[in-house]
Amino acid sequence: MISDISNKLQVQVKAAFDKKTALRISAGNSKSFYGRGVKGEEISVADHAGIIEYRASELVLTARSGTLLSDVETALAENNQMLAFEPPAHAPSATLGGSIACGLSGPRRPFAGAARDFVLGTTIINGKGETLKFGGQVMKNVAGYDASRLMVGAQGTLGVLLDISIKVLPKPETELTISFEQDFETAHKALRQWILQGQPVTASYYYNGALSIRLSSTGNSVKKAHEMIGGELRPNDLWQSLQHQTHEFFSRHKNLWRVSVPASAKSILADQQQLVEWNGALRWVASDEDLFTTAKDVGGHASKYRMNSDNEENIFQPLSSTMLSLQQRLKHSFDPDNILNPGRLYPEL
Amino acid sequence: MDKLHLPALIAELQKFLPADGVLHSAEDLAPYECDGLSAYQAQPMLVVIPETIAQIESILKLCTEKNIPVVARGAGTGLSGGALPLENGILLSLARFNRILDINTDDRTARVQPGVRNLAISEAVASHGLYYAPDPSSQIACSIGGNVAENAGGVHCLKYGLTVHNIMKLEIITMQGEHLTIGGEAFDSPGYDLLALMTGSEGLLGIITEITVKLLPKPSATKVLLVSFDSVATAGQAVSDIIANGIIPAGLELMDNAAIKAADDFAHAGYPRNAAAILLCEIDGTVEEVDDQLQLAKNILQQSGASEIRLAKDEKERLKFWAGRKAAFPAVGRLSPDYYCMDGTIPRYQLADVLTRIKQLSDEYNLPIVNVFHAGDGNLHPLILYDANIEGELERTEELGGKILEICVEVGGTITGEHGVGIEKINQMCVQFNSAELTQFHAIKHAFDPDELLNPGKNIPTLHRCAEFGAMHVHHGQVPHPELDRF
Repeated sequence: MISDISNKLQVQVKAAFDKKTALRISAGNSKSFYGRGVKGEEISVADHAGIIEYRASELVLTARSGTLLSDVETALAENNQMLAFEPPAHAPSATLGGSIACGLSGPRRPFAGAARDFVLGTTIINGKGETLKFGGQVMKNVAGYDASRLMVGAQGTLGVLLDISIKVLPKPETELTISFEQDFETAHKALRQWILQGQPVTASYYYNGALSIRLSSTGNSVKKAHEMIGGELRPNDLWQSLQHQTHEFFSRHKNLWRVSVPASAKSILADQQQLVEWNGALRWVASDEDLFTTAKDVGGHASKYRMNSDNEENIFQPLSSTMLSLQQRLKHSFDPDNILNPGRLYPEL
Repeated sequence: MDKLHLPALIAELQKFLPADGVLHSAEDLAPYECDGLSAYQAQPMLVVIPETIAQIESILKLCTEKNIPVVARGAGTGLSGGALPLENGILLSLARFNRILDINTDDRTARVQPGVRNLAISEAVASHGLYYAPDPSSQIACSIGGNVAENAGGVHCLKYGLTVHNIMKLEIITMQGEHLTIGGEAFDSPGYDLLALMTGSEGLLGIITEITVKLLPKPSATKVLLVSFDSVATAGQAVSDIIANGIIPAGLELMDNAAIKAADDFAHAGYPRNAAAILLCEIDGTVEEVDDQLQLAKNILQQSGASEIRLAKDEKERLKFWAGRKAAFPAVGRLSPDYYCMDGTIPRYQLADVLTRIKQLSDEYNLPIVNVFHAGDGNLHPLILYDANIEGELERTEELGGKILEICVEVGGTITGEHGVGIEKINQMCVQFNSAELTQFHAIKHAFDPDELLNPGKNIPTLHRCAEFGAMHVHHGQVPHPELDRF
């Protein structure tokens, strides 16, 4: 579906600003579990959809926030291109806007970059009902503050996303998945060496005593890398099952934490059920314990990914009082009356 | 700050700063009067050169208490006047924060102080097979703190990104003296992405005291093609063709005939002097990947109408090809007493049209323009040749530059790709952003620096200034109020 409802959305935000009533922003509801519950009148961008501009040779796609992620990916695939941050869809209704608002990235993230790295520009409606355009459609742009990337992961608390310009990349010519049975430390030490050697690694995953990696490059390059490092062949669709969390690990556990740590952090959570991605930097942990302190102690942070509870006080790692205060002031600068997804990230934001 | 109170302020600063850490004589202040944009100069009230983070905190608290503006300065190589001092302010030099604190080969990161030179990071980690990717042309001299403040780019941005893509964590101090850690050693951090916001904020939000940068493994193979074309438009089309065919070159640089000749005279790079344009197309990766992509690139370039394709036969020749490009600015400097470097970025498909319009403006103003730029990401660097000793020529050059930037905005691009707004492009910000957007920027500033003491007057114009600038257009470029402060 292609339609531009930006005027209608702006009227709704302006009315809410005038009445000081809270808005709960939605699109495909595929990631509504991710974050704190919001009470407010619904504002849906689902009908604000359609690819506005896409030129493969420019490596830029601009689309309305309600555009289905699958529509974006189909258009890109026709030109042999992709969203290199491999956003998790979680459901077919997932939209580009929701993906950017949540700021989540998939298996390729340590090698290609995160959602925020690919955002070139956004048009938003701030909490005063003003339509604002930041960034643009070019690769390099340092005019003004980088308010576009600030929207990534803000979950709508700074603005309702209208249009998004995003950098896209060519799909690799060949991809190959290989796997090794090794303990966590040995496997990750070997992986670090391969990366240092310049082997074309583009994803890694450790689970149940085995490391799997993805090699992506030209055919000759992938073949040569496989000859050098060996490993058992595995199907490439493994990575989609991690990207979209259809892997059995994710369906088996209801108490799922997302723990983001320095890649070389020791396997501190060894006794827990866990699945590790991003060369060690992303650890999915099934635990009934509170992991905020554990994550902080190794220089990282934790979030409650799927807890099936609307009453969680803290979903995301608590911020220091100085940092929280700054983020509150920043939120206030975009949304002075706290009407956009209030409390979605933290009770105070 | 009343100048009469200056001795008391100096005495107060000297209480906690080293003896040579407070500069106040005209002679000592002179070297700080401008940064890399020497067309703009101002003498600061004082220069302070702290050695510890505690001293920075004390300076900021004191300045907040006395309502004195502070301008931070790294190596002073910036090209937009971002480190231009304020006559009623203190210039804070971070030159003594020049240590690499830690190199982590497991996570491939380095923790460095803001005054460390860009190239010094790559040199320090080279023995581990690593390097720091962003490589602005000033990388021998420019500091990493300044790189973060300006979101510096370079010739390898299309594949490896800008500064914002290559840093993990910042330690900053706010104007109130609060210490904050932005980002972290993990790949993401909770709350808003302040790391992106700080990058390119031109010293308006906080003082950066430490940076953790990402390091990349040095590619196994790097090769470069020197490709000639009979027209700039054909060269521009070839750039699009390469990218549309799935190749992301590590570098893709375009030079027009004037730039080719100047660079070749200067650096003896062996360039084809009669070509209308050349492309330098660098491909890196594994040995096999580079071979495969070079073959593909050559085929594409032939079909795109290249008149000659030369592969650098060895590392020596590769460096020679690059030497010409890297010497292009000083080489152009020999053609004319002065030149003015622009930094607009455009969608690449607009290249031929924009270059034609730039040529028309060049003829109209009778000021020659040389083009040498990052073609892969559409980042233009038109160099306008002028003579500052000719009455009014700088003003005409700035007016011409302004018109070029307005074309960039008109075709969907931006007034600055990597040099920053600073003081230089402050008027063109009024063209790129409307008053609601500028008001939002001021509100962001206010969240960090409510007293507006950090580098005030740079980066984001006041609405009043934009109103005046608008009036300028009505009056055919005649500045209506020359007595107004220029920020």
